[in-house]
Amino acid sequence: MRIALLGFGSVGKGVAEVVQEKGLGITVTGIADSRSGTIDPAGIDLQAAMDRKDRTGLCGDISLSPLDVVDGAEYDALVEVTPTRIIDGEPALTHIVHALSRGKHVVTSNKGPIALAHRRLRALAESHGVQLRYEATVCGAIPVLHVLQHDLLGNEVRALHGVMNGTCNFILTRMEDEGLTYDQALAEAREMGYAEADPTYDVKGVDAALKLVILANTIWDLGVTLDDVDTTGIDLITPEAIQLACDRETTIRLIAEAIPSKGLLRVSPRIIPRSHPLLVEGTLNAVTLHTDLAGELTFIGKGAGSVETASAVIGDLLYLGEHHAGAH
Amino acid sequence: MRVSMKLEMKDTPGQLVSVLTPISECGGNIIAVIHQRDPDSDSGVLDVQIVLDLPEGRLDDLVAQIKRRGVTITRIGKERLFLQRSLLMIGHIMHTDISDTVDQIDRTGFAEVSELSLVMPSINERSSARITLKTATAEDMSSAVALLRKVSDEKEILIVEPLEECG
Repeated sequence: MRIALLGFGSVGKGVAEVVQEKGLGITVTGIADSRSGTIDPAGIDLQAAMDRKDRTGLCGDISLSPLDVVDGAEYDALVEVTPTRIIDGEPALTHIVHALSRGKHVVTSNKGPIALAHRRLRALAESHGVQLRYEATVCGAIPVLHVLQHDLLGNEVRALHGVMNGTCNFILTRMEDEGLTYDQALAEAREMGYAEADPTYDVKGVDAALKLVILANTIWDLGVTLDDVDTTGIDLITPEAIQLACDRETTIRLIAEAIPSKGLLRVSPRIIPRSHPLLVEGTLNAVTLHTDLAGELTFIGKGAGSVETASAVIGDLLYLGEHHAGAH
Repeated sequence: MRVSMKLEMKDTPGQLVSVLTPISECGGNIIAVIHQRDPDSDSGVLDVQIVLDLPEGRLDDLVAQIKRRGVTITRIGKERLFLQRSLLMIGHIMHTDISDTVDQIDRTGFAEVSELSLVMPSINERSSARITLKTATAEDMSSAVALLRKVSDEKEILIVEPLEECG
């Protein structure tokens, strides 16, 4: 399978590393970062591209734009792993639209386009007979979308709950374990590389809300957006409040919750019992699906990280290779 | 209102049903029926404990009906507000008049504040509290929590609710 890799940061390089190490029958024929691109129908030397990126900050030639790679390279699937821009989903949205319109499969880790334009993109993919897969957009390495779309066939999903932001979970864990203030725990998260320089989207619950939107639209086709989620972050939580919760064998976690029968889409800090299956430590993510046949299923795993996110991307690609190979 | 009753009845067919019928006639909802049959006893008497939810004002009627059927009530316990839920409040809780916040809940007639633990780390810092609400029914609890959220919103206090299990 030939792929074009759009975005050559943490996730893009993670995908390149896995392909270089494991092969997996994947050939990379195009790579682009925000300022440069490279195309080679015979397959790009991934080590050379990674070295160049580390040395110069560019993966290829500045005369080639990302869109040149999307439109010009020969590939079976576009791997869109540029950073998420919540406001308009760009430039990823344009990349994805162009690739689907060319009749190419798309695999993405980018939450923006999927949260903003899921129905439109899905219709575009269908009309061109190709697949749009986005396992890496929710809960990192946890294969929750695959489980929902393939392994729980025949089940009705009635509700879902999840710990979907590793940064918030790390901060709350540290506040609980060490009695740190919110500011101290956030500073530590930054130091460890778990929080962005601007952590607003994480700590205000926006990142978790995006994932909830993607899951709700995938499972129930609700057609909802970020504005439909009642979102409260963790930035006002005090160590004293956590202690008051701990006195009762409970603690506080940022929980994303969807119960369509109640019209409920909510991300908020919640009190949960110490014995609750969603109670995970550090940067882990967890998601519980409430289904009619299988009952409750809880999945726990790494919600972020270069290779962990690449795992979800690679899983989508190999699924396409097995089930939709030779479509184009 | 939740009522728990200990009954003594003849250990003969149809006795238990004759007690359960008036409960449903009074609009009651049976939560549990606990039989205590002693295998070694041949006293012919059966002890049964029944837990039920009953609309307000129907207890006297129910007791009379059960007695009329020749069943002895040996003990009766009732609790009007048996559902409770603890929430956390974060903000300027004292300076936004906590007694008013509590009053607004208590004044509803269907909910009460039964516990309040307050921690104030230092002057002018936000304080944190655990507040426990009691109500008779789940619907009343939802209304009480909604009211607390509304009052707290106005006072710029963050409310952290427990995650309810759902089916």
